[in-house]
Amino acid sequence: MKKTIISLIPLALLLGLLALLFLNMGYHTEQVPSPLIGKPVPAFELPLLYEEGTLTEQDFLGEPWLLNVWGSWCPNCLYEHPVVTDLAQSGQLKVVGLNWKDEFKNADTWLKRLGNPYHTILVDYKGDVAIDFGVYGAPESFLIDANGIIVHKIVGELTPGNVKDEILPKLAQLQ
Amino acid sequence: MLPEIGQFLLVLSLLLATALTVLPMLGYAKNNQTLMQTARPLSHVLFITIMASFVILVVLFIQQDFSVLYVAENSSLELPLRYRITAAWGAHEGSILMWVTVQALWISAVAKFSRSLSLSQISRVLSVLGFIALGFVAFVLFASNPFETIFPVPIDGNDLNPLLQDFGMIMHPPLLYFGYVGLSVAFSLSVAALIGGEINEQWIRWSRRWTNIAWAFLTMGIILGSWWAYYELGWGGWWFWDPVENASFLPWLAGTALIHVQAVSERKNAFRGWTVLLAIIAFSLCILGTFLVRSGSITSVHSFAADPFRGIFILVLLAIYSGGALVLYTLRANQLKSRDTINLNSRETLMLANSLIFITATFTVLLGTLFPMIFEAVGKKISVGAPYFGLMFFVLMIPMAVLLPLGSQLKWHRDDVMAAIKQLMPYLLVTTVLAVIVWFLFKPLNIRAIAGIYGGLWVFTATVGQWIKRPGRATAGFIGMSVAHIGVAVFLFAMSMTEHKDIEQDILMSPGTTKQVGGYDFTFTGVDRVRQENYQAQQGHVEVRREGRLITTLNPQKRFYPKQQMPMTEAAIYAGWTKDIYVSLGEAVNKEGAWAVRIYIKPLIRWMWFGGILMLTGAIIGLFSARIKRQEDKQRDQVMAQQLNIS
Repeated sequence: MKKTIISLIPLALLLGLLALLFLNMGYHTEQVPSPLIGKPVPAFELPLLYEEGTLTEQDFLGEPWLLNVWGSWCPNCLYEHPVVTDLAQSGQLKVVGLNWKDEFKNADTWLKRLGNPYHTILVDYKGDVAIDFGVYGAPESFLIDANGIIVHKIVGELTPGNVKDEILPKLAQLQ
Repeated sequence: MLPEIGQFLLVLSLLLATALTVLPMLGYAKNNQTLMQTARPLSHVLFITIMASFVILVVLFIQQDFSVLYVAENSSLELPLRYRITAAWGAHEGSILMWVTVQALWISAVAKFSRSLSLSQISRVLSVLGFIALGFVAFVLFASNPFETIFPVPIDGNDLNPLLQDFGMIMHPPLLYFGYVGLSVAFSLSVAALIGGEINEQWIRWSRRWTNIAWAFLTMGIILGSWWAYYELGWGGWWFWDPVENASFLPWLAGTALIHVQAVSERKNAFRGWTVLLAIIAFSLCILGTFLVRSGSITSVHSFAADPFRGIFILVLLAIYSGGALVLYTLRANQLKSRDTINLNSRETLMLANSLIFITATFTVLLGTLFPMIFEAVGKKISVGAPYFGLMFFVLMIPMAVLLPLGSQLKWHRDDVMAAIKQLMPYLLVTTVLAVIVWFLFKPLNIRAIAGIYGGLWVFTATVGQWIKRPGRATAGFIGMSVAHIGVAVFLFAMSMTEHKDIEQDILMSPGTTKQVGGYDFTFTGVDRVRQENYQAQQGHVEVRREGRLITTLNPQKRFYPKQQMPMTEAAIYAGWTKDIYVSLGEAVNKEGAWAVRIYIKPLIRWMWFGGILMLTGAIIGLFSARIKRQEDKQRDQVMAQQLNIS
């Protein structure tokens, strides 16, 4: 009897370990709460991809918008491109691109080939502004309200799923 | 077309693995010879199909087939051929396919080299191995399919992560996988033994060989990983206690305990349950390691993509394999009675002590790795760094070094501990004299350095002394043991010197200036730009002189890979017999060409890895033991004779 109890110890330890690992899943994944949520957009002044001049965060006040961080070098941006296009064409909100660590030639070729869904494209070649936004990697998207407050953040691709379940409900709440 | 064939072969492998799991075990349950005999051919066919799908993946990379998502993400038109081939296992999907391929290779090898096992034994072992392959093939197919295609097809790929464009990284994962899946043989044997409720010496002797090979591979993989981190990460460290490194170290520690306990349990009817349990633990830690690396549950400097579904999948595999094995263990452990009693005054006792030390070390490292998770579960973020591991390890490895010579001094079965200690006294004296000499040469040394150096010298003198004084010819088993233990000594000594007597200086240098570090003059002559295959680099030139004589010119680089927009530091290292001179470029400081330059002098660092190589060499030499061969031959004849009688 005593021996059976002792031989149960390894199994019990394993179960504990499994429980711990299971509970911890997802902590480092897409549900990472961003410290920026509920805070105003970091101040920036960025040039535009296709126009002269620069824009700042002040220029976007007045209506909700989505900031989509992308680069022509990023394969996952390729996959989310149709989703971004659908969202932009639905006219529910303004979709602004942040072209991150890219080169004009590559970005331009990419957009010409796939189509340009963006209302405006900001350019962050050096990646400084992306750091202020706490960007982990491309793609990443920020939903921002009319007062310039970050409401929601999606790390990774936009999918029909997270647009329907996260972006659009949050947007509805704003309006 | 090729991706579809690859995919099809994987599906076929899944079916074959299912057949290998089910048929031989069914044959065992029903005592049906025909079904049991399917085990060996199925193993070989399984290997062929999986290998073929892996070869197809490599071919897709060589052909630059960007219609395959995995190729597009990890290769590019500019990537040199050698890295295109190795990119096949550079990222998650391909590396898991490689795991499965290596696993199938082992299964096939086990099927081939197992003539000393009876049919009922080998059919169970292969069935369990097939079950493991089944889980991982399913993982490839359903959670990380490397043959997934994309449309539209990109014109160019995303390039391989520059960190992985390197020889060390090419060899590191395959070697680790050989080690990981090699431990699955000992695991399968344990499970097969638990299923049958019996285990004997000859069975353990057979699995011991596989454990030794697996352990040797694991050691080599860890050495290469450490060497890679040293020259590629650019800050001169050789071990970071990073969760991903720990993931490979945990099975190594448990494996070390296992090979020592197996040395006892293959000789006599003792430590049976413990051997079985250690084999289960060692392989479970391999799966856990895969989970830690692939699930993103733990943040690490090795940034691999986090994917919750994959994490869950591996967790389920861990639950099935380890959980299943431990349930069996709980039910059957009592049947694996160890009949022989162990005399306290014997080598067996010391072997048990060894396994306890190493399993404690395993749990210490495991706890340190999981600690941040435990805290995060209650909502706090902490990190357990090198200081914890360094201290815990020091505390555990000192008794190991102290007891090691006593273990090899004592005889099997029954001996006199006091007499053995007396025989060790001359070695202790020599050690002390040597340690005093080292002290005067290298003082000051702190307490940890002294302990490490003393421990290294102690193991070294005693092992050499025991070899010289050994009566009669040394057997392969004895030579293997001694070489491995000298490896431990060399490692301890070199590691203490590297850790405590290194010189690290970050200095600002403008072109033409000379700085003296550790008795060498370093002259910085400037930085120019070079363009190579798929990167551009700023290359610095540092002339190293000793007393005016030019020793070498080091050219550290700051590389930039345009495709991945990633800067990389490539250190330049002058590798000497007694020390490495290590120079790497920091940042350009001003327009006049001044740079922050890191200059490190690392004494004996190569000897530390050489110690590891000695350890694994010892494990391999042990394979050629004449005693084991004799007993295996005898066993094989018995098995043959039995088969003849039956038919």
